[in-house]
Amino acid sequence: MGDIFSNYDVLGAFWWTIKLSFFGGLGALVLGTIAAIMRVSPVAVMRFIGSAYVNIFRNTPLTLLMVLSVLGVTYILGVTLADDINQNALRWAMVVLAVYHGAFVCEALRSGVNTVPAGQAEAARAVGLTFGQSMREVILPQAFRGSIAPLGSVLIALIKNTTVAAVIVQAEAAGLMQRIIEFEGGSFLIFAIFALGFVVLTMPLGILFTSMSRRLAVKR
Amino acid sequence: MSTQSVLFDAPGPRARRRHAILTVVGVALLGILLWVVLRKMQSAGQLNPALWEPFLTDRSVWRDYLLKGLWATIKAALISIVLAGAFGLLFGIGRLSQIAPIRWFCGVVVEFFRAVPVLLMMIFAYFGIYTRTDLFSASTAPLAAVVTGLTLYNGSVIAELVRSGVFALPKGQGEAGLSVGLTPSQVLRSVQLPQALTAMLPALIGQFVVILKDSALGYQVTYPELLTWSKTLGSAFSNTVPAYIVAAILFILMNYALTKIATVVQRRLSRRGRAVIATPGQVAETVQQESTMAGEDGVQTDATKTGMR
Repeated sequence: MGDIFSNYDVLGAFWWTIKLSFFGGLGALVLGTIAAIMRVSPVAVMRFIGSAYVNIFRNTPLTLLMVLSVLGVTYILGVTLADDINQNALRWAMVVLAVYHGAFVCEALRSGVNTVPAGQAEAARAVGLTFGQSMREVILPQAFRGSIAPLGSVLIALIKNTTVAAVIVQAEAAGLMQRIIEFEGGSFLIFAIFALGFVVLTMPLGILFTSMSRRLAVKR
Repeated sequence: MSTQSVLFDAPGPRARRRHAILTVVGVALLGILLWVVLRKMQSAGQLNPALWEPFLTDRSVWRDYLLKGLWATIKAALISIVLAGAFGLLFGIGRLSQIAPIRWFCGVVVEFFRAVPVLLMMIFAYFGIYTRTDLFSASTAPLAAVVTGLTLYNGSVIAELVRSGVFALPKGQGEAGLSVGLTPSQVLRSVQLPQALTAMLPALIGQFVVILKDSALGYQVTYPELLTWSKTLGSAFSNTVPAYIVAAILFILMNYALTKIATVVQRRLSRRGRAVIATPGQVAETVQQESTMAGEDGVQTDATKTGMR
């Protein structure tokens, strides 16, 4: 076991997993929020763009998007994000993770909006709040609290899905595990180390989001 | 759309003008996006009709590549959903067991496989076990690896669905069973599980979408599914980008149809007044908008529905 840690940069691979998760997650949050705003807006064209985005990327395999980003977009369309092959693949992996999970972030936020009963908005209008006020004071706080739990699931799924980047680049955890298994043989210990790495990354977040969604739940 | 009525008042003249401007902005945005993509493809020669024609004119594109891949994808998904269903039922019941050690064991197994990425399981199953032992022949080992990964992960998710399905039932169901003299395991088998399984149906169909998508991970363990075949097709006809786009469209059509079916089943169940478990993020066009998503399990019951208003 000491051999594996001294011969292979396991922690370095997990550091890439964390970096992919962080930047992918950040991008997904931005894209998902924009898409969610579009999907709940009163303008039909905006709603169409939002739902087209969600339906296209939620229903396409992440693996296909990863492969397409390098074999198609980089090699054939010539859109590169970095000169180095590996850097380019890693940056594309971040972009693809962001675009794919943005669709799920959008749905998580929208489900949060849907937890707000119509009566809340009606009551806000009835007491004379303007659109901005009723959004700020009544609807968005409740919507945000309602979307904590689904957002947590999306984040955890995103961390696990960074492994899919292994189909285009060997920097992160799943790619390294494959290399180690090919060279050193497949012992359960190697699998256990990498599996544990993901448990360590996702478990605290799961507990945090569950307790947060409980604590902040809107009593109805 | 009821989301609209929650957030927005009926538009007045000024709001209507604003909406008109936003509509123009939206159309322009969409147009610019399409124009950029198409221009990029045009300059790389990817809009050349010769690259797209084979999908319409050449039967071998479908017979020798895409349909083969489609069938392999569906085969892996079907085997996985059956095995994952059995796994999920077994461990879901295990987590509800009266015997504490069984409950703990099943809990640990389910939580573990839910936390580990599917691809990690597939890579270990294939490169670590199946190619090093003669458990499976060389030709079935990739399929076995894909099915192993998909079964363990999705089985664990289904186990959680079974558990939350039983928990979502009104307490009276279990109590009534006990009071007419059934043992706890009889109550589970003949009262709670049948109702929980019906409530699970939409979520189960939603899980099938996940399985279909994740079967594309077979690409990494040399399983010749739709993505792998579209790559081969791309090299054979030197139309890589069109081949991937067509594969993506096939995936989108299949998954979109499944999502729609899940929505219809969900609507029908809740119209009959049955409890329904929605998968967060999967069953998108959630029906009774203002009543959905109660509790962190994504469980909605009639109790929560009436409790909301």
